[in-house]
Amino acid sequence: MITVHEIEKSFGRYPALNGVSLEIAEGELLALLGPSGSGKTTLLRVIAGLEFPEKGRVMFDDEDMTFAGAAQRGVGFVFQQYALFRHMTVARNIAFGLDVRKGRAKPGKAQIASRVEELLNLVELDGLGKRFPNQLSGGQRQRVALARALAVGPRVLLLDEPFGALDATVRKSLRKELRRIHDATGVTTIFVTHDQEEALDLADRVAILNLGVIEQVGAPQEVQDAPVSPFVCGFVGAANRFEGQVAGGRFRAGDVVLPAPGAADGAAVAFVRPHELTVAVNGAEGFAATARRVATQGPVLQVEAVTADGQAIEAAFARQGTEGLRAGAALKLAPLRAYVYPA
Amino acid sequence: MKHARLATEDSPWVKALILTAVLGFLALILVLPLVAIFVEALRKGLAAALAAIGDADAIAAIKLTLVTAAIAVPFNAAFGICAAWAIAKHQFRFKSVLITLIDLPFSVSPVVAGLIYVLVFGLQGWFGQWLLDHDIKIIFATPGIVLATLFVTFPFVARELIPLMQEQGVDEEEAAVSLGASGLRTFWSVTAPNIRWGLLYGVLLCNARAMGEFGAVSVVSGHIRGLTNTMPLHVEILYNEYNFVGAFAVAAVLCLLAVVTLAVKTALELAQPQARPVRH
Repeated sequence: MITVHEIEKSFGRYPALNGVSLEIAEGELLALLGPSGSGKTTLLRVIAGLEFPEKGRVMFDDEDMTFAGAAQRGVGFVFQQYALFRHMTVARNIAFGLDVRKGRAKPGKAQIASRVEELLNLVELDGLGKRFPNQLSGGQRQRVALARALAVGPRVLLLDEPFGALDATVRKSLRKELRRIHDATGVTTIFVTHDQEEALDLADRVAILNLGVIEQVGAPQEVQDAPVSPFVCGFVGAANRFEGQVAGGRFRAGDVVLPAPGAADGAAVAFVRPHELTVAVNGAEGFAATARRVATQGPVLQVEAVTADGQAIEAAFARQGTEGLRAGAALKLAPLRAYVYPA
Repeated sequence: MKHARLATEDSPWVKALILTAVLGFLALILVLPLVAIFVEALRKGLAAALAAIGDADAIAAIKLTLVTAAIAVPFNAAFGICAAWAIAKHQFRFKSVLITLIDLPFSVSPVVAGLIYVLVFGLQGWFGQWLLDHDIKIIFATPGIVLATLFVTFPFVARELIPLMQEQGVDEEEAAVSLGASGLRTFWSVTAPNIRWGLLYGVLLCNARAMGEFGAVSVVSGHIRGLTNTMPLHVEILYNEYNFVGAFAVAAVLCLLAVVTLAVKTALELAQPQARPVRH
């Protein structure tokens, strides 16, 4: 298990991490998700031993690793720009972590060669061991980087925006690969991303960072369905945001009325997800709006609506049952649920 | 079939014109003088030229030049790697001051560089009396020549490596360290191979300048024949004595040394073809 406790780290006057604590279970696949500047990469580098915190502790099981160098930690690190050794063949790249071992810890030549073969097979690059990095595509290079990091049998695999430099198709297939490789090796894995789809699709748990603190840690479904803060609610998944008042279990912002059962009275900020809005039928509760733009996307009808007092709302309806809806039509929107936070 | 013309490609006329201009300029500025050196050296026959080179003073000058380069180049290569490493891979205060300092020898006239050493180590200089008392000769002796050469040539390697190392970043080093490599191992296995061509180029430039430096060396040398004359100084002396064959013969040797270094570089490049950058 990896534990980071109350980590603080700043670059000059700019604070990057403001007391971050996190536990990563053995064999877990965890995503650090956040906008740029949220401190997610710094946290990853602190765990790797490439940066050192001003305060706090980093523990690998019971070992205090806070000030251990990267070389002592036994981590595998994968960089966004691959960082392959450009003058070495793919095979020598993968073997590097074993080659640099000293004395009895260093495996024999034949052992290293068979380990390299095994890893090439794992990342599905059989037969490419003699190539140089500049003879490979971006996706292949990142596979080599992954194999190189796994070769040493790391206690934890750390990936910094591993798919950031790849195009959309390769990104998607490599994402599946990473999950497969993680499941095959069982290695504890932490990866950094700013792409929520990537994090929600791939990870067992997602830690959402903002301005150097962790806002929420939880399973993908949890952070989507039970966001603990306005930031998480607005950052994960699409959401309409309103500022208004809660009174008697109802949130009001002009013409917009949302259910807020149990919310304390007073100023509040509320979010509604587009897919959690429906068209009210048979006199159900809701509020009036006019459809301004209607677009079909597969099974979904994307509707941009506007209330009488000019607030814009995005809604996503199932196409079935809303076939007749056209731009300009009057609607009654019924929110299935809203996320309301005191302002 | 005519190949398709690229948007950035000029018309054949423009190409021909530009190429002619470049080649003509090169011929006038570069090739002609080089040819002239060898023509003048051989004006009175090969025997006369060889005799001029075989002269005891000329041999002493060649030796001194080679010794100076042999000391200055490795020293500046080591310094250049350290400086480039510090500047490109680390953050610290006064970095820009260090960069400016490295550039100083490029902006200071070599004559001034020579004079600085005369001021510091010369008989009338700061340490002149002390050096005299301890019987150490720096000015008008080999150490002064080496010092002046070191000063003039020290930016070459650093200047070549800093942009290269900055462009390469620290990712590969960080990857090596995270895989368990020690600092020294990281340098030898990762950094050094990545900078070797830049380093080689810097060393060649440094070497060329070390062997060819005139101004700074001239000030500190004292022009004692057979003792403190380097090849460029010897060429000047012979020329001033109207010994044109001798002057051009020694100059030809200087040229040949340059050709040898270029040949060595090419041979090294050919020996390791995969190390050349491949573009996509």
